Amino acid sequence: MSDQKQERVGVYVCHCGTNIAGTVDVVDVANWAAEKLKHQGVIIAREYKFMCSSLGQELIEKDIKELGLTRVVVAACSPHLHEKTFRTAAKNAGLNPYLVELASIREQVSWVHTDKVVATAKSKAVVSGAVSRVIENRALDEIKVPINPNTLIVGGGVAGIQSALEIANAGFHVYLVEREPSIGGHMAQFDKTFPTLDCSACILTPRMVEAGTHPNITLLTWSEVTNVAGYVGNFHVTIKKKARFVNEELCTGCGICQEKCPKKVIDDVYEAGLGYRKTVYTPFAQAVPNFPVMDKENCTYFIKGTCKACEKFCPTNAIDFAQQDQMLNIDVGNIILATGYDLFDARRVSNYGYGRLPNVFTSLEFERLSNAAGPTSGNIVLRDGKTMPKSVGIIHCVGSRDKNFNNYCSTICCMQGLKFAHLVHERTGATVYNFYIDMRTAYKAYDEFYQRVLEEGTLFVRGKVAEVTDAARNDREKGKLIIQCEDTLAGKQRRIPVDMVILSSGLQPRKDAKEVGKLFGISCSMDGWFTEKHPKLDPVATMTEGIYIVGCAQGPKDIPSSVAQGAAASARVLDKILQKEVSLEPIKASINKEACSGCRICNGLCPFNAIAFIADDMVSDINPALCQGCGTCVAACPAGAISGTGFSDAQIMAQIDGLLLKNLEIGNY
Amino acid sequence: MPQMTDERVRAGMNREEDPSLLHEVSMKTAGVSHLEMCIQCGTCGGSCPVAMDMEHTPRMLFAMLRAGMREEVLRSNTPWLCVSCYHCVVRCPQEVHIADVMYTLKGMAIKAKLYSDSTAPHFSQTFVDMVEAYGRSYEMGLASRHYLRHFPLRLPSMMPMGLGMITKGRMTITPKKIKHLDQLKSILHRAKQLELTS
Amino acid sequence: MNKYLLYPGCSMDSSAKAYMESLNEILEPLNLHLEEIKDWNCCGATEYLGINLIPAYSLIARNLALAAKQMNPVNGTGGTRTVVAPCSACYLNLAKADYYMQERPTLGAKVNEALAAGGLEYKAGTLDVRHLIDVLVYDVGLDTIRSKVVRPLSGLKVVPYMGCMLPRPDYQHRWSDHEHPTELDDLLRALGADVIDYPLTTECCGGHMTQIGPETAFELIRRLVADADERGAQMMVTVCPMCQMNIDAYQNEANHFFGTNYHMPILFFTQLMGLAFGKEPGDLGIGVELVSARNALANIGVEVPVTQEPAAPRKKDEGLPMPRRWTKHEGRKEAVK
Repeated sequence: MSDQKQERVGVYVCHCGTNIAGTVDVVDVANWAAEKLKHQGVIIAREYKFMCSSLGQELIEKDIKELGLTRVVVAACSPHLHEKTFRTAAKNAGLNPYLVELASIREQVSWVHTDKVVATAKSKAVVSGAVSRVIENRALDEIKVPINPNTLIVGGGVAGIQSALEIANAGFHVYLVEREPSIGGHMAQFDKTFPTLDCSACILTPRMVEAGTHPNITLLTWSEVTNVAGYVGNFHVTIKKKARFVNEELCTGCGICQEKCPKKVIDDVYEAGLGYRKTVYTPFAQAVPNFPVMDKENCTYFIKGTCKACEKFCPTNAIDFAQQDQMLNIDVGNIILATGYDLFDARRVSNYGYGRLPNVFTSLEFERLSNAAGPTSGNIVLRDGKTMPKSVGIIHCVGSRDKNFNNYCSTICCMQGLKFAHLVHERTGATVYNFYIDMRTAYKAYDEFYQRVLEEGTLFVRGKVAEVTDAARNDREKGKLIIQCEDTLAGKQRRIPVDMVILSSGLQPRKDAKEVGKLFGISCSMDGWFTEKHPKLDPVATMTEGIYIVGCAQGPKDIPSSVAQGAAASARVLDKILQKEVSLEPIKASINKEACSGCRICNGLCPFNAIAFIADDMVSDINPALCQGCGTCVAACPAGAISGTGFSDAQIMAQIDGLLLKNLEIGNY
Repeated sequence: MPQMTDERVRAGMNREEDPSLLHEVSMKTAGVSHLEMCIQCGTCGGSCPVAMDMEHTPRMLFAMLRAGMREEVLRSNTPWLCVSCYHCVVRCPQEVHIADVMYTLKGMAIKAKLYSDSTAPHFSQTFVDMVEAYGRSYEMGLASRHYLRHFPLRLPSMMPMGLGMITKGRMTITPKKIKHLDQLKSILHRAKQLELTS
Repeated sequence: MNKYLLYPGCSMDSSAKAYMESLNEILEPLNLHLEEIKDWNCCGATEYLGINLIPAYSLIARNLALAAKQMNPVNGTGGTRTVVAPCSACYLNLAKADYYMQERPTLGAKVNEALAAGGLEYKAGTLDVRHLIDVLVYDVGLDTIRSKVVRPLSGLKVVPYMGCMLPRPDYQHRWSDHEHPTELDDLLRALGADVIDYPLTTECCGGHMTQIGPETAFELIRRLVADADERGAQMMVTVCPMCQMNIDAYQNEANHFFGTNYHMPILFFTQLMGLAFGKEPGDLGIGVELVSARNALANIGVEVPVTQEPAAPRKKDEGLPMPRRWTKHEGRKEAVK
């Protein structure tokens, strides 16, 4: 390398207030770099309190212009945070942005060490590695690709509907895919919403209708995404439109088929197992679209070959038993996942007796019980279908904040428990107990609702319920459900006999969240929720460009937050669409076709499906627009045929030598 | 029966908060106690089948451990009432090894001579004496020694039961011994010199 | 042949000798071979742990060390790494010691330091400690058990009483549930008995409280016996010597204390297996219980044809449907995830 013209390198060491300077002697690091790395071309090394400030950036820009720097190393925070800042600064000063390297001496040094001597020495090594590496960097040009203005939204709950309407109203086309027969999601099952007690259907159905009739929205219910290929701006998506056995062109939604269908089954989805539906059905009266679907598993015709009552009575001949699943291929530029949550299966907490004791209900069951459109027409009654409870216990944190089940707080259950208390009080006049560990009523007007429920006379017991049992110990308990817990504020164990128990069950990731994540190329957290790009500053984007997550798919949240996220993701998508094209990081891998043996090991490993096998040439090829530069294939290739722009072997080896201080002139260290 | 008490305790010298108590109990407990993870939810106190007779629920005891109330904790009858049913252990949302903490507290109370009722510690000690002497438990010896000492008045009502057990061959008059009693004794002798501290 | 090491525990040849006798009767039909650990010692029950921790675990570990040596294929008799304990307290102590010696390596090291004084050692995790009913349900299998039934117990109304120390703390995840495990229910059903749903199946019998705090213990015994009686049970069926002892031997005193008059016999599940397999009551230790099971067993003295348990009829359109019962199958699946 010494034969070549020597690069002119500038090194900039950031204090980051005391974040770095508290643990690392930054002045020493800068002086050391200026002196010991001089032979490598370091002609200037500075330290500054906040390099990312405009004054800090100006410092770098000025040096590039005045000292003719050809390479820049900024020793500061992780490249995740400010790489873009400093690359832009370099670009402004006329230097190719890819000739800037960040040396992370905060996340990887000052934050993880306490010994200042060690931390300073390590910082020098990290800077040395970055200097050696940056010399091997090559100027790169950004890749620009056009953006398809269509958007795919997966999941038609309140978050997905919000996203769809925002984008559609801005004048762009949306495909809204929903796996159930109707959009609406969990919100369509609720009776009231906290804290204002708006009727859930009253506020949701107008949105559903709008989404169902919007000229810019293609509604695909009873459909599922089966394949996703491509990259930001250019996704190719395959959707399976399941056979409804009802011709949507002919069906008027009159409902005669449902009425005439002789078979009833338990509705595990919309009625949460608490009510029945026919085998040809629309899940609820305001369903969008209002075409029914046929439940093939249970339909008598599909099982026994006779019946066809629906067909006989359909006035428009819309029933079509020969209908087949359809595969649709669509192209979209961005994808928003709004796939929602599953309710925690309360049967797992066997000490609460759900599934064994008839009058223990889950939260979703209670929503249906209290809903005027539900199986009891909104009458809050016991499982016998007629008796009104005189006393009701509501148990919080069922399956949440519990290392035996889910370790996280499901955030909505406290408010949900309060809402139930209010509804029980209002409709039955029963004595209501709420059992909680901590009351969590943060956010606007929530604590006021807690006050209101207190005022109504609900009895609060601080203590996680130990068990619900029907084993009475005395006459007072006979025939009741006994809630046994410690009243931790009274310091005594209590046994409280009630008629009905409602479990405020937690939320958990969809059963198939992992597979769905894999389908779209995004990851899940330890708990199974989709992982956002940044938990605070980028909560709706993911590490995969062009894929966004909203609502409970990202983590437990209530309706206001889900709606806010739905809108937020749409803003991000519209931003992309309006830019018309997107710049892709030129950090890519490429295959040397001469060296490729065609073993295909890399094909399956690529997390972004960027590698395809070209059968004609018997070699693999990488789609540069799809490649995210992760380097998996580079490391995996047994022939060493793959190299990465931006992380070439020369760069990596030089960086390692630099880290090990092999680049120092002998006797210099 | 008057209790043996630590002189310093009687003088009120242990009233100060002892910040090391929680850690000490945690360290002396078999397994990883997770004691510091308690969120005071009361699942243990709610689950306990004998909470009605306890001076403090297990949850309160853990709060007292945090508050460094050494004397009050070791005097509490709570650990001695624990029946080791493990209901609290499997239900605890923070995986605290509650039953094992109770064993630790019993051991500490015996060492500090701070228990308020001697029935339980004496029973345990008598049981252990039998096991150390024979390598097996000896119900007849245990029962006669224990009941004579602590429940002399209960004996008449228990006579039919005891006789029934003997005539039906469910209680033997003589103890059974293991063969290598010396080996067991050397193991226990060595074990008594060791303590779990880290 | 299924071969296991047996840790009988002290009660098996005294208060629970009926358990041992009946166990011996069912070994041959089920093709089970149990080899006793030579020179085993008491596990310390629930007493030693409260006195002195390291000696308590060393006392338990001596048995594990002896068993590991005995099963060693080179100088032992070999063939198995499973230790079967019929007593729930012994099972718990052995299993817990093995688990904690791994979870707290310091404990493992100290216990081994003590064992070394007796020329022994035990590497935690070497053995599988299991309870008798676990082996019968999951290794031998309910189908095999069912196939050996010659005198179905139909007409005998029983509550299955698992006790507390068996399904909990369950560090090895062996049981279908911590609160309402179904192993004993399933087994008794396989014998043809009329099994009554017993919500208190894993509640405590009082343990050593019968010895140190009888009033506390009597209340626990009362709860169990009263609920079994209330539900129409003719007897309780147990898997644990301590449970049997407390419910059987102290029932009379508890009755006296509360002014009640319960008569609730309690037998070991192996005694019922023996009966169902056609063995003679006398060979199964039946008759040594203090609360006599004679009247209860009269129900199966006559030949009653096996009847299928009728499925509970669901009333059409009346009331609201119940969620499906949580099954072990689902539980296991969830646990694997």
